[in-house]
Amino acid sequence: MAHLIDDDMIEYVGILAKLELSEKEREEAKKDMGRMLDYIDTLNELDTDEVEPMSHVFPIHNVFRDDVVTNGDDRDNILKNAPEKKDGAFKVPKTVE
Amino acid sequence: MSKQYETVIGLEVHVELATKTKIFCSCSTEFGGAPNTHTCPVCTGMPGSLPVLNKQVVEYAMAVGLAANCKINQDSKFDRKNYFYPDNPQNYQISQLYLPICHDGYVEIDTSAGKKKIGIHEIHMEEDAGKLIHDEWDDCSLVDFNRSGVPLIEIVSEPDMRSGEEVNAYLEKLRLIIQYLGASDCKLQEGSMRADVNLSIREVGAKEFGTRTEMKNLNSFKAISRAIEGERKRQIELIEEGKMITQETRRWDDNKESSYAMRSKEDAKDYRYFPDPDLPPIVISDEWIKSIVDRQPELRTEKMARYQEVFNLSEYDADIITGSKHIADIFEAVTELCGKPKEVANWLMVEAMRLLKEHEMEPEKMSFSPENLAKLIQLVDNGTINRTVAKEVFERIFAENVDPEQYVEEKGLKVVNDEGQLRETIQGIIDANPQSVADYHSGKEKAMGFLVGQTMKAMKGKAGPALVNQIVKELLG
Amino acid sequence: MTEKDILSLTAVGLGKKIKEKEVTVSEAVKAVMDQIKDMEPVLNSFVTVEEEYAFTQAEAVQKRIDSGELTGPLAGVPVAIKDNICVKDMKTTCSSNILADFVPTYTATAVDNLIKAGAIIIGKTNMDEFAMGSTTETSAFGPTKNPWNIEHVPGGSSGGSCAAVSASESYYALGSDTGGSIRQPASYCGVTGLKPTYGTISRYGLIAYGSSLDQIGPVAKDVTDCAAILEVLASHDPKDSTSVEREDYSFLDALTGEVKGLRVGIPADYLGEGLNEEVKEAVLKAAKILEEKGAVVETFDLGRVKYAIPAYYIIASAEASSNLSRFDGVKYGFRAKEYSGLHGMYKKSRSQGFGAEVKRRIMLGSFVLSSGYYDAYYIKALKTKALIKKSFDDAFAKYDVILGPTAPTTAPKLNESLSDSLKMYLGDIYTIAVNLAGLPGLSIPFGRDQKGLPVGLQLIGDCFQEKNILRAGFALEGEHGYVMPKTAQLAISGREEK
Repeated sequence: MAHLIDDDMIEYVGILAKLELSEKEREEAKKDMGRMLDYIDTLNELDTDEVEPMSHVFPIHNVFRDDVVTNGDDRDNILKNAPEKKDGAFKVPKTVE
Repeated sequence: MSKQYETVIGLEVHVELATKTKIFCSCSTEFGGAPNTHTCPVCTGMPGSLPVLNKQVVEYAMAVGLAANCKINQDSKFDRKNYFYPDNPQNYQISQLYLPICHDGYVEIDTSAGKKKIGIHEIHMEEDAGKLIHDEWDDCSLVDFNRSGVPLIEIVSEPDMRSGEEVNAYLEKLRLIIQYLGASDCKLQEGSMRADVNLSIREVGAKEFGTRTEMKNLNSFKAISRAIEGERKRQIELIEEGKMITQETRRWDDNKESSYAMRSKEDAKDYRYFPDPDLPPIVISDEWIKSIVDRQPELRTEKMARYQEVFNLSEYDADIITGSKHIADIFEAVTELCGKPKEVANWLMVEAMRLLKEHEMEPEKMSFSPENLAKLIQLVDNGTINRTVAKEVFERIFAENVDPEQYVEEKGLKVVNDEGQLRETIQGIIDANPQSVADYHSGKEKAMGFLVGQTMKAMKGKAGPALVNQIVKELLG
Repeated sequence: MTEKDILSLTAVGLGKKIKEKEVTVSEAVKAVMDQIKDMEPVLNSFVTVEEEYAFTQAEAVQKRIDSGELTGPLAGVPVAIKDNICVKDMKTTCSSNILADFVPTYTATAVDNLIKAGAIIIGKTNMDEFAMGSTTETSAFGPTKNPWNIEHVPGGSSGGSCAAVSASESYYALGSDTGGSIRQPASYCGVTGLKPTYGTISRYGLIAYGSSLDQIGPVAKDVTDCAAILEVLASHDPKDSTSVEREDYSFLDALTGEVKGLRVGIPADYLGEGLNEEVKEAVLKAAKILEEKGAVVETFDLGRVKYAIPAYYIIASAEASSNLSRFDGVKYGFRAKEYSGLHGMYKKSRSQGFGAEVKRRIMLGSFVLSSGYYDAYYIKALKTKALIKKSFDDAFAKYDVILGPTAPTTAPKLNESLSDSLKMYLGDIYTIAVNLAGLPGLSIPFGRDQKGLPVGLQLIGDCFQEKNILRAGFALEGEHGYVMPKTAQLAISGREEK
């Protein structure tokens, strides 16, 4: 395998993605990502030096909204699915130490 | 002997734009309101919701950029900045990294050493985060998304500033430009203008920059000055001790007047920016830029020149009046009503400024109606009240926006122009002060002043000073 | 009409009978509900069945049809919605534990359009978790089975929608297609599935997987149904900035049966290694039929086909890693019971809430966007996308329609695919490029293989040229089109005997 994904990398990506993998998942992820990246390397066969990266497929641009308030108070709906709430707000573990 | 150091400062200034709605949804941007009452699926990151860009945000950003001599990126787009935090509902912030709307501008500031250009690296548009309320009682935090999605521009300066004085001048300059454009009210206390300070130290004459730190949580000009001073000292101490400066983000605690590093293993600072697939690019035509330029309101320098030319104000007066867009607006409105620019300028510069200082208020908080000041000036001008009384009335206008005509009537503050009554009073005062009369006749002019003062006191300030002077002189023979 | 007669109708056919007062809306709803009750224990096409709501709606819609207010071809026709499309007050789970109890307070624009046209929503269909998968086996609520052979997968990720339509549990369904997720299961289940041009159907309310690739589309029994449904679904939506205002929304006009002079290209690269011989025969047979009807058919080299899959997995995973970061246990969805601190809550909730395939793609997506790798992977993929688009542009300069297989094989057996994800990804080779280029693609059933499993054909059109592929599909379907699978027929006759 050309791409060796080590534990540090999995740990790092886990921090970015906020995922905590079990020992088994971690080993699988290492193998898996390595294989996937090897496969992705086939793209290097393509000469793309002169190619502009394409994010939007169609040349749509300038899609705007007018600056007019149309939304009212929708708090009950917004909080409806909250796992925990308090005083009209979403409740989360303390964010400051 | 100790080395000479130079402080190198760059600023990232966030300004909340004065739009009615948020950047990507039609929720109100109004400040305050009970938690989560100005929210919808878009600004709370509900699954399946999609952003739609508010055109006014683009126009305000362009207007600020043009006023700050920036080039406009005619192809601009939004990117996602990915990081987890509870005030960030999608756990990515929609911002601009690769093609910000404005770049390469400058503003000119006045420093004690003369004029100086501060470069602007870029201006980009982005969405604000929600607010976290810390609930000590329950040992938790509460998330309010009312601010989430409020439009911001971030103005990134070049590292061109060398002192706290320059930083303040730069901020003041930006604030005035933006306020004059109407793009934001720039209230530091309400957080509609915030600054992050990037600071490094190098030896005078060095070509390379030192390692910089970024300081956050600065919400007043004074806090910024203190933070710069604190960080400058901290870095110099480290250098003198032969220690390394770590590139890091620090949080300024203005109460403790010190900063601490915001470090966490979970905070990898790898934002994985990529173009937001939900938002098509913004293409800005030459015509659009021209229309923004054409619609640009009068900025401060133009206003100052006009005040001197049209209203005959001195440069000093014009400078002070235009030092706040709000005061300039009041000045123009009152002048329009009463036609006495110099009088208006005097009231604003002397009495209004004094009261602002006394109450530690920002000029933007002045909320009396121009009609009432115009009426007051009229009352003085036609002799209905004298200046002493007028000052008292002005305080009421300033504090409660009272109608001066009604107030003067109710409190009986009109000047007494009944000559007979005045003569009687003055005669009584002369009779009661023979010594002063004698002094006057022996050539002591001061004695006359004393008698006039006594008269005014007896009349509770309501007598016309000219008339009092005249009668006193006459009765003294 | 008997329940058998009612369930044998297409969506447009049922709409007509309802208007002609030969069937009531409630009778139609009852027929599908009966079928669902018999089939679900075996198939598991649905995550949620909304029986009570459906009957209530049936009455209301019947009144509006009777009063002449609702006149469209789909008024009163039952529909199933893929479970990643939000319907107000209906549980919408994406077949994931992290959204197991999520009840949206808003409705997707596509579903709104259906409701306005008088559709009766009967439930939410099973899928691969967050649409990540090709078999519907990654669902947190168990796999869906293929109605043609329950030892086989229905395909995915819209496997529930396709199985439901195939088994007559619904007249039609909404699916979503990011890399083939409508067309491939349609092919495996013997139904017709259409992925429209990107931007044709609003994505508002579709829970995003790969935002630049996702598109909602219809799954139905035949091409006529697909065209009629597309007319209802397609709209320019101010709530979706990538939604496109189209010039022509009358897709049914294309169904003339006439293909004379239609230029059809078959990519030689689609007939090569990896393609099952029986599927290949079907493609060639279809080419012959089109030719006989006056179309001009050629093979050509499309080129760059093999690069579509790696480019797709970079782009889709990158977007997914960002799109799925909102599932954090703060605002909605699953929050772990035990954790320490904020980041502990994030990690535990997400790690317990997401399944293996989703985590795999989030990890890959986070990696390819991370500092130092962005240019090598993400930008490279966007450049590849531009090249793939160009290959199609060149092809559509010469052809009106590209004809090929939908998938290399017919439906694989359960438990065969997930063990080798890379192999599973390769199964999407003919469908994925279409999403990268934003094109419309139609899969139609075209006979069955020796095992009795349906074979699907894919017709690809240029941007906004749905009419060309609908025209060709309509001309082709004939006797090779939709057939109700035995299991579904048996369920109906079983009820009739009782």
